[in-house]
Amino acid sequence: MRTLVLRRLAQMVLIMLTVSALLFAIFDSDQFRRKVAVAELGGFGIATLSEGEYRAWVAKKGLDQPFLVRYFHWLGRIAHGDLGESLEKDVAVSTLLKESLGHTAILAFFVLLFMVPVSLGLGMLAGVREGSRLDRVISVVSIVTTSIPQIATAVLLTVVLALGLGWAPSKSAMLEGWSFRELVLPLLTLLIYEVGYLVRMTRASMSEVMASQYIRTAVLKGLPMRRVIMKHAVRNALVVPVTLICLSLNGLLSQVVVVEVFFQYHGFGRMLLDAANFGDIQVLQAATLVAVCVAVLSQLLSDMAYVLLNPRVRFA
Amino acid sequence: MKGLATAIGRRGTVATLVVLIWVPLACFVMLGPLLGAMERYVLLPATPAVVALYGMALYRWRKSWIARVGATLICFWLLIAVLVPYLPLLDPDKPIAPLALPGTVKHGVFFLLGSDLRGRDMLSRTLWGSQRILVWGITSTVAAYLVGASLGLMGGYLGGWWDEVVSFLGNVVMSFPVMVLLILILNLLGQSGFNIILAVTCSSAPLIMRIVRGLSLDAKSRGYIQAAQTRGEHPLYIMLVELLPNVRGPLIVDACLRLGYTTVAITTLTFLGLGLQPPDPDWGLMIKEAATAALLWKYSYMLIIPALSVSSLILGFNLMADGLHDLELQS
Amino acid sequence: MSGTSSGSSTRARDTPILECRDLSVCYAGRTSDIEAVKAFNLTVMRGEAHGLVGESGCGKSTIALATMRYLGKAGRITAGEIRFQGRDVMALGKEELRGMRGGAIAMIYQEPSAALNPSMSIGEQLIEVSMFHDDADRPQATRRALSMLDRVRLADARRIMASFPHQLSGGQQQRIVIAMALLSDPQLLLLDEPTTALDVTVEAGIVDLIRDISAEFGTSMLYISHNLGLVRETCDRITVMYSGQAVETGPVTAVFGAMRHPYTRGLFAAIPSVRTDKGTRPLMAIPGQLPSPDERPPGCLFGPRCTHFAAGRCDAGPVAMQSVHPTVPHFSRCLRVAEIDWHAPLTSDVQRTALAPGEIILRVNQLSKRYQEVSANEGLTFEVRRGEAVAIVGESGCGKSTFARILMGLTQASSGSLKLAALELSRLPVTRRDRKTIRSLQMIFQNPFDTLNPSRTIGAQIARVVRKFRVERDKARVLERVLELLDLVKLPRELAERRPSQLSGGQKQRIGLARAFAGNADIIVADEPVSALDVSVQAAIIELLLQMQRLEHTTLILISHDLSVVRYLADRIVVMYLGQIMEQGATQDVFAPPYHPYTESLLAAIPVPDPRMRKRKVLLTGEIPSASKPPPGCRFSTRCPYRLADICDKLAPPVQDFGPGHRIACHLPREQLLRMQPVFEEPT
Repeated sequence: MRTLVLRRLAQMVLIMLTVSALLFAIFDSDQFRRKVAVAELGGFGIATLSEGEYRAWVAKKGLDQPFLVRYFHWLGRIAHGDLGESLEKDVAVSTLLKESLGHTAILAFFVLLFMVPVSLGLGMLAGVREGSRLDRVISVVSIVTTSIPQIATAVLLTVVLALGLGWAPSKSAMLEGWSFRELVLPLLTLLIYEVGYLVRMTRASMSEVMASQYIRTAVLKGLPMRRVIMKHAVRNALVVPVTLICLSLNGLLSQVVVVEVFFQYHGFGRMLLDAANFGDIQVLQAATLVAVCVAVLSQLLSDMAYVLLNPRVRFA
Repeated sequence: MKGLATAIGRRGTVATLVVLIWVPLACFVMLGPLLGAMERYVLLPATPAVVALYGMALYRWRKSWIARVGATLICFWLLIAVLVPYLPLLDPDKPIAPLALPGTVKHGVFFLLGSDLRGRDMLSRTLWGSQRILVWGITSTVAAYLVGASLGLMGGYLGGWWDEVVSFLGNVVMSFPVMVLLILILNLLGQSGFNIILAVTCSSAPLIMRIVRGLSLDAKSRGYIQAAQTRGEHPLYIMLVELLPNVRGPLIVDACLRLGYTTVAITTLTFLGLGLQPPDPDWGLMIKEAATAALLWKYSYMLIIPALSVSSLILGFNLMADGLHDLELQS
Repeated sequence: MSGTSSGSSTRARDTPILECRDLSVCYAGRTSDIEAVKAFNLTVMRGEAHGLVGESGCGKSTIALATMRYLGKAGRITAGEIRFQGRDVMALGKEELRGMRGGAIAMIYQEPSAALNPSMSIGEQLIEVSMFHDDADRPQATRRALSMLDRVRLADARRIMASFPHQLSGGQQQRIVIAMALLSDPQLLLLDEPTTALDVTVEAGIVDLIRDISAEFGTSMLYISHNLGLVRETCDRITVMYSGQAVETGPVTAVFGAMRHPYTRGLFAAIPSVRTDKGTRPLMAIPGQLPSPDERPPGCLFGPRCTHFAAGRCDAGPVAMQSVHPTVPHFSRCLRVAEIDWHAPLTSDVQRTALAPGEIILRVNQLSKRYQEVSANEGLTFEVRRGEAVAIVGESGCGKSTFARILMGLTQASSGSLKLAALELSRLPVTRRDRKTIRSLQMIFQNPFDTLNPSRTIGAQIARVVRKFRVERDKARVLERVLELLDLVKLPRELAERRPSQLSGGQKQRIGLARAFAGNADIIVADEPVSALDVSVQAAIIELLLQMQRLEHTTLILISHDLSVVRYLADRIVVMYLGQIMEQGATQDVFAPPYHPYTESLLAAIPVPDPRMRKRKVLLTGEIPSASKPPPGCRFSTRCPYRLADICDKLAPPVQDFGPGHRIACHLPREQLLRMQPVFEEPT
């Protein structure tokens, strides 16, 4: 088992190195450099930047050194937590990141808090008796909820809950300090899709387990149904959903973009998009790196959960 | 009846119909201005093809009502997309009367679904909007499939260092959250329809590759593959003739799901201001424009109509995938 | 045997432990109900071991599941009843049912690896039986589990309790399933093909254990199997099933002594026995195939396939069980039981003379293949002559399939040579072989269900081979050749238009044969060609294979674990164990002493359905070692009953020569090998 985890770790380090090199190379391109130069030199646009000025700037910044030297230099700075300065706002990128990631983490925490029990519970209920009325209702509802894109969910929830019933504020900018009420709509929007997806996966996993031969053995051993399900079925049926829950961190990083933008919530996704639209290259680069880092860690987490829940792998 | 059944049984028929729909639509949307006066006639062959395809779907999937509902939703939007130039609609881009509520007459014009902030007809914009999403959605999915499936097929069947390299690159791409990757690529390349295809291909191809690779690995141990190997068939023949047709079932299901994902991605990107550019009517764009201004219960139709449209299309893809999956399990 | 067979008539007064009366079971199908079991009767007495025999799809497993009242959502009992100790199983309340399941009746399954929960420790799975049936507390239950593991002869019970199923071998897993079943001291054991998934020598150990259990515990058993030999060796009474019905039932001695139903007799004649070979008695396949449940014929269900069929009588109406013997409770569902001359030998028009072997066509010398640390083939040396049928025999992991892959060019040898005529093939992948070489070597695959490409027509698949090997190029001639080949494998020509999904397993394997012979190959490698088929279909395929081999003068390399099939088909046998050749020689030499100790145990593991044969008991201990950690010295030394201390486990055995081509790799002195007694004895 240890070798397995170590191998995954090595693979992830390799992936991180590749991704960082890729990102560095992309943002090291002439096109992006000129943007930075303009921002730092205070010009009005790339067109007004004279070739001489640009050359001088490149030399001053030490950007004429070989690629690898600059890459490792850059890596070293990141290792010290120095992610550069935002071009748009006059703050360190790390400060900006810390704040927005914190906001998104709050959102993600609540999503997981509600998603895990609800979807595992519903999925197991549906999967235990495949084809029952309850199963069919749960299945159809979850297909529908996974079919509505978040942008549409956000719209419909806003219209009904905010504009129609007035139960929740329609924007979550948190202008007057942090309030949970403003979190309701983004949270629901994320939950509706995620829960539907996880319910479907849990149901599939559970119904597959219930049809397996070892469940037949357990039933024909004369165990009470409760024990068959709780002791024999659930444990095996949990493997897939638990790994998916870990992986959903990666998915959440995608989904928060649209939700945060729609509800004007100051989180990671919104920061990323703003940086992209404004051309705030330092922020964009750092944010992408962080996103990949989180994604890779969630992958590792999911692998470890898989190994822990699966004796076949654990003792292989 | 029997003749009909065998015609339906032929795989080529479906492919022909799909091409008959897609090519005119794609020409119309992508090359519209170049066609000039021809534009109106390009879409003519597509209408009967959609009807025929729908009939076939209903006949073939008579055992799964879920698949049939899905097909109905998709064919509804397809039919709208190929018929929309011939429908008696107002110009979707022309501001007529702002903020007309659904079912009212304003400035002497009747607005069935109302008008938007700038006074353009919602009905016309919604129906025209189906063209864009279908064309770009289907095209990017097909592109992603071409790349992903061929890489996966080679990785799974040939194995070796090729497989290692391709799988690693796939892992690298997959370690980006999808939306982050899409934003990054579009930011890097600039925003256009073709760059959307490129971005979607980049983000979906590794996933498709992984599925196809798994299926190929599984199929590789089958007797008929070994039989082909022992009679010295070329790997390309084995991959295309012996392997690919036998993994098409799960692939078709996945393709339906992926069409749904792509539709979501494109709409979302447009909403974020990153995808297709105005002024052409587009559902994501309609939500974006309305979301910034029309936050009143009275004007919520401007948000709801495009939201429901895109949801119904995606629901169609997902139901079809689910129904096909069930049919697959039954046989 | 529990020794109750003689007393079965005196116990008739007792209530049977299990009784099925006119039982019918239906499964809800997509369009209509499928009647899996039809008016089935069965009586199992206390202490009796009852064998239930039939081919796949005859409904025998349904009987076991119906007894447990576990038919799933789709299945239900439509008529008749099942009585366990006189009580209707269907009328049991929820708690009573739970008490019966696993308490009074316990079940043993076909695939132990799937029957055990992969994420629970063995101990946990054993303990819960006592805890839920006998209200034992944890320490008590643990003690019982430990002692039960000893009784199913599993060494190191404590370690096993702590392990998970995947850490154990198939044989160990099945012993655990048996222990689990015995823990609640059940009155009836249901055994559903308990050894089918296991290797031959492991199977022999499990069968022996089951026999001992029935003697020691006096538990009644319902032993479900497709193997007549196994049932004869383990049971007191037998019921033969065909298409959901019992067709013949009676004491094992009576039924095997005098079979009184054409189907039972047909099954028996279809099995290759250890006495017969292709020269002496051809196998008799039962013509036709099992009717699907919704197409059962009127009257006798076996009628359409029966050689004694009398129109107007046999198809008139349902046939009742007829008494065969005035005193012995032996019954047959055959109207003509009194008319048929049961002593007339089953005739066959096939008379074969042995083909004279030609020149050496394939020469294998010190061939080895290593995968990382696993040595799959080591120092293989043997020859194959033109027109011969050579069998490579061994259990799983012995490396027989690896050899086939090297021969076919799907993998390359690590060292040694493999020469086809003058051409060195050991390191020549199929992609680099010329067309003539590829064409001269063709293969028949094990699993008929994936041997054909499901998405192409039969005709197209055979035509591809014909064209590929340039047998014919003209379109019309290719088609003609395809149809000829279909004739040759005795399939209707219409099949050329069909896809494989519309064919039965036997038909698919026939196509596999046609495809292998389509290119006029010199050597055909058949990898377990019949192991996935039912007995009656098996016989037809074996006969067809032989016929085609003779017709085309093809050399046959047969890879198999089934010694009775090998005995029948092969001229020469190569016995392999863990990558090495233990013994090789002409078939009659290998089947007679002197034996290699491993060959001896393999032979003794063959279940023999013929009641006149006597078999010597040779039981192996332990499991087949993992191929990645083979024992030093003789590979077989860990399980060999004749092991010589300090020699066998240290030194590689010498190859000793016993007559032309008969070679045994063993440390035992020549005299001791020569003194070995035959495994089979036939009283004359």
